[in-house]
Amino acid sequence: MVPPTERLDGTTPWPCPSPAATLRVRAPGSRSIGADGAPTSPAIDPSMPAPRTLLDKIWDDHLVCSPDGEQPLIYIDRHLVHEVTSAQAFEGLRVAGRRVRRPEATFATPDHNIPTTDRSLPIADPISKQQIDTLRANCREFGIRLFDLGDANQGIVHVIGPELGITQPGMTIVCGDSHTATHGALGALAFGIGTSEVEHVLAAQTLRQSKPKSFEVRVEGELYPGVTAKDLVLYIIGRLTTEGGAGYVIEYTGPCIRRLGMEERMTVCNMSIEAGARAGMIAPDQITFDYLRGRDLVPKDFDRAVARWETLPSDAGARYDRSETFSGGDVVPQVTWGTNPAQVVGVDATVPDPASMTDPSDRSSAARALEYMGLQAGTPIAAIPIDRVFIGSCTNSRIEDLRAAAGVVRGHQVASRVRAMVVPGSGRVKRQAEAEGLDRVFTAAGFEWREAGCSMCLGMNPDTLAPGERCASTSNRNFEGRQGKGGRTHLVSPAMAAAAAVTGHFTDIRQWRYH
Amino acid sequence: MQPFTTLTGNVAPLDRANVDTDQIIPKQFLKRIERTGFGQFLFFDWRFLPDGSPDPAFELNQPIRQGASILLARRNFGCGSSREHAPWALADYGFRSVIAPTFADIFFNNCFQNGMVPVKLDESDVEELFRRAAAAEAAGQAYRLTVDLQTCLVHDDGGFSRSFTVDPFRRHCLLEGLDNIALSLKHVDQITAWENAHGLAPLQGNAT
Repeated sequence: MVPPTERLDGTTPWPCPSPAATLRVRAPGSRSIGADGAPTSPAIDPSMPAPRTLLDKIWDDHLVCSPDGEQPLIYIDRHLVHEVTSAQAFEGLRVAGRRVRRPEATFATPDHNIPTTDRSLPIADPISKQQIDTLRANCREFGIRLFDLGDANQGIVHVIGPELGITQPGMTIVCGDSHTATHGALGALAFGIGTSEVEHVLAAQTLRQSKPKSFEVRVEGELYPGVTAKDLVLYIIGRLTTEGGAGYVIEYTGPCIRRLGMEERMTVCNMSIEAGARAGMIAPDQITFDYLRGRDLVPKDFDRAVARWETLPSDAGARYDRSETFSGGDVVPQVTWGTNPAQVVGVDATVPDPASMTDPSDRSSAARALEYMGLQAGTPIAAIPIDRVFIGSCTNSRIEDLRAAAGVVRGHQVASRVRAMVVPGSGRVKRQAEAEGLDRVFTAAGFEWREAGCSMCLGMNPDTLAPGERCASTSNRNFEGRQGKGGRTHLVSPAMAAAAAVTGHFTDIRQWRYH
Repeated sequence: MQPFTTLTGNVAPLDRANVDTDQIIPKQFLKRIERTGFGQFLFFDWRFLPDGSPDPAFELNQPIRQGASILLARRNFGCGSSREHAPWALADYGFRSVIAPTFADIFFNNCFQNGMVPVKLDESDVEELFRRAAAAEAAGQAYRLTVDLQTCLVHDDGGFSRSFTVDPFRRHCLLEGLDNIALSLKHVDQITAWENAHGLAPLQGNAT
C-alpha cells in the first residue's frame, strides 16, 4: 500500500478524543479474527456488558446526555461544511450572537456550485459567486479552515475528508449533504443533516438524535472480475428499494466486504442513503489503518490510535435490528434504467415491463420512469445508445476509479456521438492521476479532463445535460432532472461508463478488449 | 420558530410515490443564501412548462387546490437529499403539514426544524384520504382536514379520525415554538464535561 505522498504544511493534527470508560479496551495479545476475516473483540465474558455493534459503541461513546422528555444529545467530532447548505446556518449564528463552539473540528470546501473549468476566471453566475463568497466570508469571520478554490487540497467534501485524514474510525461526522454516509467506510458514524442542524452543530458541537436502528447487510463470497463495488451497492439498493433502509444505519459485513479496498468501501457507504438508510458503515481493519497511516490530520501517536480503533468492530454475538445476506457472486455489472437508483438491472438484461410488476405503485412509477427516460420495455440494456459520459462525483472520482476507467479507455477513442468528461474528486486525486499519466490517456481518447468538484452529478454548476440527453454517469442519483432538466441519467461503474464512452452504448465490461 | 398546535386547512392531494427532493426543489434553486423565498420554486419542473407558464395538468396548479396547507402524498416522500430547502419551499408555498405513509428520514427530521408536522398514517388510511379528497373535489369543494398536534389526531368533518405518533420531545418543541439551539445550550455544562472527559482542549474563549 503506497503511503500518501502529500501532507498539509505545518499542521498540528486535531487530537482524537481519548477512550471513554464505556469503550472496552482489548487485552494485549488477545485479538481474534472472525469468520469474515475482520478482527473481533475478545470472546464474550459473562461478567462484561452485552455484546455491542459498531454503531452501539460509537453511540455510547458520544452520548452527552439523555434528559427526561428530551431527545438525546450526541457529540459531533467532525463537521464538514460546503457552500450550499451553510449560508443560512452562519446567518442564524450571527443573528443570535453565537460563535462556532469548535472551529478546529470544522472543515469547509466549495464543491457543489463551482465550475470545473478554468478557475483562474471569476465565477460567471453571480448567484453562484455570491454563495461561494459567502462561504469564504463566513469561514473568515468564524475562524473555520477553508480549502478554497485555488487551494491544492480543495475538492468534493467527501473525497477530501478521508484523504486528509479528517475522517477517522469511531468518530461522529456530519455535513449538510446526504452523501456524508461515505465516511462510514472508515468505521465512523457519518450522516447528512439539514441547515438548521448545521447551525445547531456549529453552536453546540452536538446534535439532537434518537438512536437509529441497526441493519446488518452481509455479503458472502466475492465479486467476479469486471464487477465492482459500485455494481454491488446498486444491486443491494435494487433489492432493498429506496426506502428499505429507512430508520436504519447499515453495517456492511462479510468476506466480500472485507476484500474491498478503502475507496471501494467509500463507494458502498456513499450510496447507502439511496436505500433510504441514514448512514452506512464498515468496521475498521488493517486496510483502514494502512489507508490512514501518514495522512495529514491523523493522530501523532498513530499506533496508540490504532490500538483504540481495533476495539471498534462489532462484538461476536452482537444483535442487529435487521439482517440481510447477499452473495457477491450473484452480482453482474449494473445499469439503472429508471428514475431512482433501485430501478436497476444487469447490463445483460432488458428494460423491465411495468405490466409484469405486482405492486400497482411500482407499476405506475416504472411506467412514468420509462416515459421520462424514453425507453421501451424489453429493450436490451446493451442496445441503449448514450450521448454523454460523466466520470466523477463523491461516489466514484478517486484514483482507483480513474485508473479503472483509464484502463478501459487506453488505446480506444470516444465514439463520435458521445461527449465525455472526467472530473477528479479533489486536487490531490487530479495531481496523482496526472503523475500517473491518466489524464493523457483520457484526453488522447477524447475525454475532457476537468478540475475537482461535484460537476455533473447535480446540474447546479455549468456542467449539465440538455433535455433528452442520455448520460452514463458514475454518480449516485438518477432522479428526474438531476443532471439537468429533461436529462436522462443511467448510473454505472467507472469501467462501465468508460466502455460506454468508447462504444456509444452500454456495454458489458466483462467482455472488454483491453489494450 | 412558529408554534404548531392545531391546523385546519385545505388538502392538496399529490398522488405520486417516491417524490424526491430534486422534484420538491430542483438544485438550481439552492443558490440562495436566505431561508425564505423558495415557495416560488416548489415542484418547479412539474409546475411549469418550458415556456415558464404554469402547467394546467400539474396537480397543485388545479384552482381547487390553491391555498392548501396540507399536502397528501404517497410513500417515501422526500427521498434523496438532506437539503432543508425542501421543507422551506413547502412552507413558503403555504404547506404546514405533509401526510404520507412513509417519509425519508432526513426530510422527516428537517420538517420539525421548520414548524411543519409530517404525519405518518397507514397506507390504507392514506388511501381513504385520497378517496375522500377525490369525492370532495368531484362535488366542487376542496377537501379539508384538521391536524391536531395537541391530541395527535388527524380528522375531518365526515367521520375520519386517526391518531398519529410524534416523538414527544419534538412535539413539545413544536407546540411551544421553542428555539432548539437555546434548549440544547441549557446543557452546555454536560457538553463541556464530555469534552473534558475525552481530552479535548478547553474552548478558546468563545462564549456560548
